[in-house]
Amino acid sequence: MMAVRRFLSGGWLATYAFLYVVFLYLPVIFLPIFSVNTAATPKFPLTGFTLHWYEDLPRTPALLDAAWNSMIVGVSAAVLSTVLGILAARSITRYRYPGRSTIHGLIMAPLVLPEVIVAISMLLVMLQLGLSLSLFTVVLGHVLVCIPYSMTVLTSGFEGFDRSLEEASADLGESAFGTFRRVTLPMVAPAIISSLLVCFTISLDEFIIAFFLTGTEATLPIYIWGQLRFAAKLPGVLALGTLLLVASFLLMTVAEILRRRAARRTQNEGGLYA
Amino acid sequence: MTAAAEGSPPLRMTRARRNALLQSEPVQGLALISPTFIYALILLVLPILVVIAHSFWTQHYLTIDRTFTLENYRVALTEPIYRDLLWRSLYISLTVSLLTVLLAYPIAYFISFHGGRHKSLWLFLITIPFWTSYLLRVMSWKVILGYNGVLNSGLMGLGIIDEPSTALLYNSSAVIITLTHAWAAFAILPIFVSLEKVDRTLVEAATDLGDGPLRSFLRVTLPLSAPGVISAALIVMIPTVGDYVTPKLVGGKDGVMIANAIQAQFGKASNWPLGAALSVTTMLIVTLMAGATVLIIRAVQRLAR
Repeated sequence: MMAVRRFLSGGWLATYAFLYVVFLYLPVIFLPIFSVNTAATPKFPLTGFTLHWYEDLPRTPALLDAAWNSMIVGVSAAVLSTVLGILAARSITRYRYPGRSTIHGLIMAPLVLPEVIVAISMLLVMLQLGLSLSLFTVVLGHVLVCIPYSMTVLTSGFEGFDRSLEEASADLGESAFGTFRRVTLPMVAPAIISSLLVCFTISLDEFIIAFFLTGTEATLPIYIWGQLRFAAKLPGVLALGTLLLVASFLLMTVAEILRRRAARRTQNEGGLYA
Repeated sequence: MTAAAEGSPPLRMTRARRNALLQSEPVQGLALISPTFIYALILLVLPILVVIAHSFWTQHYLTIDRTFTLENYRVALTEPIYRDLLWRSLYISLTVSLLTVLLAYPIAYFISFHGGRHKSLWLFLITIPFWTSYLLRVMSWKVILGYNGVLNSGLMGLGIIDEPSTALLYNSSAVIITLTHAWAAFAILPIFVSLEKVDRTLVEAATDLGDGPLRSFLRVTLPLSAPGVISAALIVMIPTVGDYVTPKLVGGKDGVMIANAIQAQFGKASNWPLGAALSVTTMLIVTLMAGATVLIIRAVQRLAR
């Protein structure tokens, strides 16, 4: 009984939690470690420190193209899904109407559907409509999977938003658009930027949908996928992977800080992850 | 108000009525959500309907024959290769969701009950790896489990094994380990949220009434957090059934899953209707399995009280 009590009271749990976090991070840590190792195969013992693999990256035209494509797709997907997310999140948090939760459920559905099935169904429709596969079709796909995340971030920023502020603005003669631009928008700006960053990160890292919906142009994950076939290219892939990890980490940290600021502004706790 | 409008009262009436209608809550709300809703209809609902339609058709080389047939479903359900792949995918996703929930529950419990001031820091720490590229996380497991990989070379360096083990990579266990790691954060969050909602006074009441910590946990906290456990199980189970990257990178021949077969039908094999039927079958089976999971957890929850 003592053991159980100690377990539930947190001593053992804290140890377990610590080990769990190690388990979460450990695999990811190996990418940066082996990306600065001189050996071409990732194994112990380490052979020596080098930045050689990183120096090669900017000298690979295919990689630079992929990075540029990822940038275009990421920015377009982030902007489009955030705009659609703003409309939907505003509607969900501000209005009550029949079918509201059904519509909400449908918009959030891509979050829990197997990605392959989402990807091949879009592929079928796009081919039927005669759209040729390109970065544009990738953007269309990414927007669909980004909207649920954008919605989550924005709803937590919009919820608990004091409606009397908007009413006051309307009473003082501001138009609906003016109220949105001069009262609502400044309050929720951090949430919007947070949503842009989250969506960009998701698009930057997304592989399956891009894999099915792109034509000849590769995004970074597709480029990496192609390189994985060649064992000799592995260190370069590890170096590129490390850079992507760092980029995602930074973007998400900024997004989280902004989201919290937004939530505090509208006096609402809870969160992106809640 | 314009002069023209003032001069024609009936028009002003209809306009006023129309304005009233436009300003009603449901209409404004629906109007606001409609772009997003229509986007989801066109790029999610319509495509899924098209897939369902294709699953009843047949393909002759490049042309699609639109006569209704159940032949694709017969193949999907009776051909040993697809049946085996479906079973393996279900087995893997069920194991992964069970493992992630079991491993995640104590963490969620710890953060919720003992996280103190650092709750959001813990949550942030746990979710960060999840935001990094899925492809890269799977790749790092390949680096770890490979023949010349981290684990083999590390164990050999420590003198625990003499030669690299081939048992680590390219089998369904490798797929299970990788997926369990990849979906860990997804399981922790819903459980955490439901634990946060557990009324702490109920736990105190149980203790006051003589329940030990284990009994009050089993009879109060655990049943009350069942909704979180359910959503954690589902949020892991449904997407992992259709996982493509992990089996392809670390699964080898023994770890191939249904998504790889579906992809093949849309790629090399080029049999869209069969690929569509496999997708629909997978979705239906995973829905049934998800439903069964919800019922089982609810039944256990009722028993625990």
